[in-house]
Amino acid sequence: MNIDIKSADGIAVASLCGEIDHHNAKEIRRELDSFILSNQPKELSIDFKDISFMDSSGIGLIIGRHKLITECGGKLIVKNPQLYIKRVLKLSGIERLVKITCDKL
Amino acid sequence: MKIINEVKFSIPSLSVNESVARAVVSSFLIQADPTVEELADIRTVVSEAVTNAIVHGYRNSYGNIEVVVRILENNTIYIKIRDKGCGIADIEKAMEPLFTTAPEEERSGLGFSVMQSFTDKLSVKSIVGKGTTVIMRTKLKCHE
Ligand SMILES: Nc1ncnc2c1ncn2[C@@H]1O[C@H](COP(=O)(O)OP(=O)(O)O)[C@@H](O)[C@H]1O
Ligand SMILES: [Mg+2]
Repeated sequence: MNIDIKSADGIAVASLCGEIDHHNAKEIRRELDSFILSNQPKELSIDFKDISFMDSSGIGLIIGRHKLITECGGKLIVKNPQLYIKRVLKLSGIERLVKITCDKL
Repeated sequence: MKIINEVKFSIPSLSVNESVARAVVSSFLIQADPTVEELADIRTVVSEAVTNAIVHGYRNSYGNIEVVVRILENNTIYIKIRDKGCGIADIEKAMEPLFTTAPEEERSGLGFSVMQSFTDKLSVKSIVGKGTTVIMRTKLKCHE
């Protein structure tokens, strides 16, 4: 798992690369939470462009980060999920909580 | 239904083996010529069931998870994932969407919902104290 976070003026983008399952979720959670707590971003986008796999552990991960950043007064955005990941997102109904966007090519 | 080919393996309940199970199953299934989407769905359901065995089944213990995948005639894929962990007291309740016994660990309670909607048939058998067996079947589209 590779996590790269870029941030300017309270707007942050965390680009993840690899697979999100229960095993990897722990590390991602640790990195994102320490970033959220120390930077208090207004907005954090998690970029899923280079995520090739995600199961329901990823849903727990997104909801957990959504809760934390909301408590800190910011908001979470899910960016660029691939087709197969969209199926899992859809089944969870998470779009009611978290905005899902796609960059234009 | 006639078995055309089969892979059977056993992995200890270490979370690093979630990706191992997905990788073994997907390389075995290449010969059945699934679509990218079908293979993605199968990888997801294998991951859900193996994760459940590790996270819930062997929560307070350590043991092996047995995985059997068969290619049956008629392009049907059979997947069995079995643990000898704690078992499930109320299977119906456990299968309800969003039900989880581990919310503090950020489990979403959607594993069984994913298994149900990404395969044609899901069956769960469990005995408290003995373990849990999940069987899924899914028919691949023929795409000549
Ligand atoms: N192999 C298993 N052994 C024991 N309990 C299980 C097993 N699989 C599932 N369960 C129970 O069923 C519940 C629902 O499972 P699931 O839908 O995958 O959601 P989650 O894993 O997010 O809790 C779990 O919280 C757990 O109580
Ligand atoms: Mg689960």
